[in-house]
Amino acid sequence: MTAMLAFFNDESLGSVFLRSVFVENILLSFFLGMCSYLAVSKRVDSAIGLGIAVVFVQVLTVPMNWALQTYVLGKGALAWAGLPDTDLGYLQFLTFIASIAAVVQVVEMAVDKLSPKLYAALGIFLPLIAVNCAILGGSLFMYERKYDFTQAVVYGFGSGAGWALAIVSMATIRWRMRTAHVPAPLRGLGITFITTGLVAMAFMTFSGI
Amino acid sequence: MTAVATPPQKRSLFGPDERKAIKDPLWDNNPIALQILGICSALAVTTRLDKALIMGLGVTFVCSLANVIISTIRTLIPNKIRIIVQLVVVSSVVIIFDQLLQAYMYDLSKQLSVFVGLIITNCIVMGRLEAYAMGNPPWRSFLDGIGNGLGYAWILAVVGAIREIFGSGKLLGMQVIPQGLYDAGYVNNGLMVLAPGAFLLLGIIVWIQRSISGYSEK
Repeated sequence: MTAMLAFFNDESLGSVFLRSVFVENILLSFFLGMCSYLAVSKRVDSAIGLGIAVVFVQVLTVPMNWALQTYVLGKGALAWAGLPDTDLGYLQFLTFIASIAAVVQVVEMAVDKLSPKLYAALGIFLPLIAVNCAILGGSLFMYERKYDFTQAVVYGFGSGAGWALAIVSMATIRWRMRTAHVPAPLRGLGITFITTGLVAMAFMTFSGI
Repeated sequence: MTAVATPPQKRSLFGPDERKAIKDPLWDNNPIALQILGICSALAVTTRLDKALIMGLGVTFVCSLANVIISTIRTLIPNKIRIIVQLVVVSSVVIIFDQLLQAYMYDLSKQLSVFVGLIITNCIVMGRLEAYAMGNPPWRSFLDGIGNGLGYAWILAVVGAIREIFGSGKLLGMQVIPQGLYDAGYVNNGLMVLAPGAFLLLGIIVWIQRSISGYSEK
């Protein structure tokens, strides 16, 4: 019993995961990745494709940026190289975005080589991801909340999965809404925002967990 | 008939193109309401008006400066790696803004937390670089950056003001809803400061903007 409680206490991996998927969903409570969310949630299959791609990239980039932050950028992080006083913190944004762009490029090439079928499904979404704020946001939140390495891996997966969950549920709702009579100026963007607001409200009920 | 030598057409600093570059994004082609760009960070920072204003300022700063830089070197950038070049320029400008903010407004910079960094991936900035600065001279690109930044900023300011007034009864930290109303049973609307409130509000603002400007999807 205590083991189980320890799993769900504040610092534990279980709570990091649940928080990142439901309570602090990166899209519904931090609004990250809205642009691709609005653009791609028109169809369910492309929403699933983009969702999987985001989980994939997030799991790779958050731990990688953790390593960069800990061993290169942070204050005193270069001690291993004999430079204990260097603080490269101001390069954080540049390094994070560069590593994300690089990972996306490598993932794209690897997927193309290893699984052409998966590439055909994900291909067009991968370049979109480099400029998806959910990815950069995930890395920045990882730094701000001072996660350790395992927490960073779990957080990367959780936030990606939360984003995927949000976009897939939105795509299904929008699919059902095709036949509804929506006032012309509200059609598209407007009604999507209002529905997202309702979904976000539903997700807030998780905050009691 | 002797040909009258016409003096070389002097391009005015604010010709029709320049005026269009700055005026269009404010209403007719608003980045948030019509181009659907930059929504990512638009909502998270609008719980209070001062945060929204600083964020609007930041995006205007980054967008105009990055536009000028990219537009100046646009003929030198190899087409294949232009996204990377754009990202590097944008992140450098964002770093400058972030350092300025940390130096002069430390409290606000702490509250904006990750969202200053997220200006890098703000699609308005990248979108304008790609769509405008790559094909237009620096001065006009600068105006386009300012215009788009301001078009983004005014929507943020409206959302921020509404959320702060109804969510906490204040505006820029000052009490605007009189105590008498609270005594009469008025309560602040807690939904406004939470995420769903922002979604609903932005949906309604887009609705109003599009009803007036007459734009509709499909």
